Amino acid sequence: MDVASAKLIGAGLACIALVGAGIGIGNVFASLISSLARNPAAQGQVQPFAFLGFALAEATGLFGLAIAFLILFVF
Amino acid sequence: MTIALHPLAQFTVETILPLRIGRLNISFTNAALMMAIVVCLITGIIVYGTRRAALVPGRLQSLAEMSYEFVADMVESNVGHEGMPYFPFIFTLFTFILFANLLGLIPWAFSVTGQIVVTFAMAAVVFIGVTIIGFIRHGLHFLRFFAPEGVPKLLLVILVPIEVISYFIRPFTLSIRLFANMLAGHTMLGIFAGFAALIGVFAIFPIAIDVVLLALELLVAVLQAYVFAILSCLYLNDAIHMH
Repeated sequence: MDVASAKLIGAGLACIALVGAGIGIGNVFASLISSLARNPAAQGQVQPFAFLGFALAEATGLFGLAIAFLILFVF
Repeated sequence: MTIALHPLAQFTVETILPLRIGRLNISFTNAALMMAIVVCLITGIIVYGTRRAALVPGRLQSLAEMSYEFVADMVESNVGHEGMPYFPFIFTLFTFILFANLLGLIPWAFSVTGQIVVTFAMAAVVFIGVTIIGFIRHGLHFLRFFAPEGVPKLLLVILVPIEVISYFIRPFTLSIRLFANMLAGHTMLGIFAGFAALIGVFAIFPIAIDVVLLALELLVAVLQAYVFAILSCLYLNDAIHMH
């Protein structure tokens, strides 16, 4: 296998990281919705943490994307 | 695909004013221009907004006051009263990242926070500063940070390396989070815009997607500035109060 095609395959594999990010973001908002359904008054206290969790979970997927870019354009 | 349509072409740093000191290249680039605009805009809004402070604030004054109160509240609730001396730093970080993110979304503007150098420099300042604060406040006792109390001796063998690694990985996660979010968002906008250039009349669909994505990017831009600031607060809290 030549290096160019190996690079493309590697970059594609790096995008598997998005699986975890998807599960994480879904989990964050599922928990937010179920907790707000039980106690709507808690919205002000809970929502900032939900968005913090969303941003943190999303970032892990983007680390995979950063690796994909590294493979494609740096090496 | 030509280079002009390449989704990553928007991140190229171009020299505007070549400037060299010996072998050191300190040219004025489009990134430097954008950062200068950001700093001028923030200073302008804060200074002009609070120049003639009225009891009933106008638009600019309430913008300045709200951002001040928002960050002050964040520092107070996450670090406590002892964190207030560091409030100006957190406020500067937050407003700089927020304005850089938002101004980067304007078409043909340059996204400064999409450059790893910029975000890593900010994260490194946070990391080094927080570590120094920890050592000043606690002396060598700060090293206890890596070995929590009440943990069995045998477990420490595993726990200490994990704590050390997770401490030193902080500047990297902090910087890559912001950088990757901006890079991915702008690349995605660029990719869909690239589709629009290729398919003629049907270009309306990629452009419609871009409009929706731009709304998402607006959320991400504000959110990432908030996350960067609040994580800096949490690291500061670790240094001041230990575990």
